[in-house]
Amino acid sequence: MFIDWQAFWLTLRLAVIVAALLLVIGLPVAYWIAFSRWRWKFLVEAVVALPIVLPPTVLGFYLLVALGPHSPLGRWWISLTGHTLAFTFTGLVLGSILYSLPFAVQPFAAAFAGVDRKLIAASSTLGASPLKTFFRVIVPLSKPGLITGLALTFAHTMGEFGVVLMVGGNIPGVTRTVSIEIYDQVQASNYASANATALLLLVICFAMLAIVYGLNRRSWLMVPLHGPK
Amino acid sequence: MDGNKTHLVSQSGDGVAASRTLRAQVRKRLTAESDFALDVDFHAPPGFTILFGASGAGKTTLLDCIAGLTEPDSGRIAIGEECLLDRAAHIHLPVEKRRVGYVFQDLALFPHLTVEENVDYGLAHLPRAERDRRIDAILGAFRIPHLRHRRPREISGGERQRVALARALVTDPVILLLDEPLAALDAATKTRIIDDLRAWNLARRIPILYVTHSREEVFALGENVLVLDQGRIVAQGPPHQVLSAPQQETVAQLAGFENILDATVEALHPDRGTMTCFLFQGKSENPDERMLRREPVPLETPLVRADLGSALRIGIRAGDILLAIVPPVGLSARNVIPGVVVSVERQDAMISAKVNCGVVLEVHLTLAARESLRLEPGREVWLVIKTYSCHLMQK
Repeated sequence: MFIDWQAFWLTLRLAVIVAALLLVIGLPVAYWIAFSRWRWKFLVEAVVALPIVLPPTVLGFYLLVALGPHSPLGRWWISLTGHTLAFTFTGLVLGSILYSLPFAVQPFAAAFAGVDRKLIAASSTLGASPLKTFFRVIVPLSKPGLITGLALTFAHTMGEFGVVLMVGGNIPGVTRTVSIEIYDQVQASNYASANATALLLLVICFAMLAIVYGLNRRSWLMVPLHGPK
Repeated sequence: MDGNKTHLVSQSGDGVAASRTLRAQVRKRLTAESDFALDVDFHAPPGFTILFGASGAGKTTLLDCIAGLTEPDSGRIAIGEECLLDRAAHIHLPVEKRRVGYVFQDLALFPHLTVEENVDYGLAHLPRAERDRRIDAILGAFRIPHLRHRRPREISGGERQRVALARALVTDPVILLLDEPLAALDAATKTRIIDDLRAWNLARRIPILYVTHSREEVFALGENVLVLDQGRIVAQGPPHQVLSAPQQETVAQLAGFENILDATVEALHPDRGTMTCFLFQGKSENPDERMLRREPVPLETPLVRADLGSALRIGIRAGDILLAIVPPVGLSARNVIPGVVVSVERQDAMISAKVNCGVVLEVHLTLAARESLRLEPGREVWLVIKTYSCHLMQK
């Protein structure tokens, strides 16, 4: 029986980086979706939700094309670094961010939209800029939604397969994640190893989600979003 | 109607010299489909100004326009020398720059912050020492220093109201907007909070716009009442003046007229100082109660300048009507109208009877009176109404 710890380490690193970056990217996108009154907003919402319904291979394929040497983005990256984005860890991070975007943005946006508008109005009448209102009122009151979004992003990235295979390939230590490793072992009929690796991934993901949701539940009890009326 | 216009909209502010006076001229369509618009032009000097009106009259929208939370379609809002909004000149000060103290109907305290942090929230631009000094002062003035480290959901309703007031006032606003902030409180708590607010404002002298639909609050606070109806100011003045001679239906409801009836002028008696009107049922929630009998009901009312046949509205307080179970004689009252009891209903320590005498009138009497008259639906009664209990209003 063989467990590829390198793959575990790589997957964990990927999931943490993607979750962190999606926190940074997701907050402004979700804020815009929650509060913009632009009439074509629904189109943006639909685009953000696309990765949920598209097969990962479709997303991966387009990414591969976009990152390759024939696209402006790919050429720009090559001129900058000397190599293509495809089949690198950075490319994997980029692909995972797009793939997991809705899992961060949708809970964030729902949480923002759930914040009592009167509290936002109160904050601005008290002299707070929109930015201060965001960090002092909207974000603290959206904490459960933010935690949920991060947990979903993390778990989703931990378990992704199709995009990784398309964009990253299968390079040990660079792009070989746990899900690819399991696939390899099954292909090679190493069922014992596949079983052990799969079980470990399952336990890790479950533990992670259980901790997050447990914390979340307690924060709900301790700091309810709305006080008693 | 009579020519006494002083209670109607007074739009000139010539006499108001105070530098901190609010001058607001606001026009705003409330919804895209309806033609119902907020359209007001008024001045509010330092001190309390009561905005009275039924829900949907546009009170909250007006406060939102002053605070900058809503954009009027046109208008100008200024406090003293400072212009907050001028659509024509493209001036629109953002909410956070207006220095408006706004206490919302549901208070909008930050649930994740303690009382102290809530009060501190609007002071971020000040040095720490000044912030602490102000927080101590305002918590003291509103008698809540002991609540400092509690969160809003851990304190009582009255305490939350005090925190909301303290949070708005500690920033030294140029105007205070209160949207029914004390509606949920008992009278004693309400009075104490209002006294503290009054004491606080003695030194500051800023305009306080106080929205309410409670009659007692109007009398308790009123230096100046603005009556808002369907987006317009229909009366303005000191409460006793606005309420003693109500000329509009909103004002009449404010003054407590349970019976508001449509009428036409049938005969003028200048020699007696009275006139005869024919009554029709005014607004009734229950369509069955309308015009149960078709013959008009004559009523003698005080004389006003009105043409024969012109339509007006008559308000009669339910407590001003006497009930008799035999035809009364030898009365000074000019109106004795036969009728039949439709319903008898207990409201707290009082009886509300509805009597159909061609129109349905509400009559209030004591529990003892019901006992001795043995009032019940179907009983024949006579209503006695003094001429001067009939208050005439514009239609």
